[in-house]
Amino acid sequence: MKIHLRYFASVRELIGTGQASVQTQASHVGLLRLELMAISPQHAEALAPQKAVRAALNQVACTEDAPLSDGDEVAFFPPVTGG
Amino acid sequence: MASLSVSIQAEDFDIGQEHQALRAQDERVGAVCSFLGTVRSQSDGQAVSAMALEHYPGMTEKAIIAMLSQAQDKFDIYAARVIHRIGDLMPGDQIVWVGVTSAHRGQSFQACEFLIDYLKTQAPFWKKEQTPSGARWVDARVSDDDALSRWGIQVPRQAI
Repeated sequence: MKIHLRYFASVRELIGTGQASVQTQASHVGLLRLELMAISPQHAEALAPQKAVRAALNQVACTEDAPLSDGDEVAFFPPVTGG
Repeated sequence: MASLSVSIQAEDFDIGQEHQALRAQDERVGAVCSFLGTVRSQSDGQAVSAMALEHYPGMTEKAIIAMLSQAQDKFDIYAARVIHRIGDLMPGDQIVWVGVTSAHRGQSFQACEFLIDYLKTQAPFWKKEQTPSGARWVDARVSDDDALSRWGIQVPRQAI
């Protein structure tokens, strides 16, 4: 299935792009993160398990066990700092 | 039903006009409470010469409408509005404004504090500061999560 990816803030800067898409069989968001880490050293650093990375599925905050479907939009970003 | 609205914008805004508009043509209103957040010239001991605000278009609006709906459910309010700026800002600039109206002060004071506590930890904005030692992303504060938990909301720990 195809997943649309969005990256923001420090995650976006490390990976070098704000948008991408990927073909994956990952069943949930946590597994997708692990798969993406294999793409490049920059991906591995940006999404490393010891980093506080938040995720959103179809523009709603989600946890690692959120299930994926074809065409979903998944975003990875650091903890938010607005206001 | 309360009147709820959100604006995400690069442009500055006029607090006086916002106050007027929020309570216009609603004579039930006896209290207007608001919060204004501005860019500080110092952060963690370093001078800040400029700030850039990034956000997640689409999710930002959804997240803020969701928190406005929660405020409407929790508090007896008539109107609530959130304005948040994005893009390049300078020290002293206005960043965020939250305004709430109600019949008596208690509900709008509480709803206003709830909304800014919620926004700080749940709305997808990120600040990057320019300092003498270079640009840096602002770190999230644990105290902000604590502020939200006061309202009985368990902050989802989304670290995965």
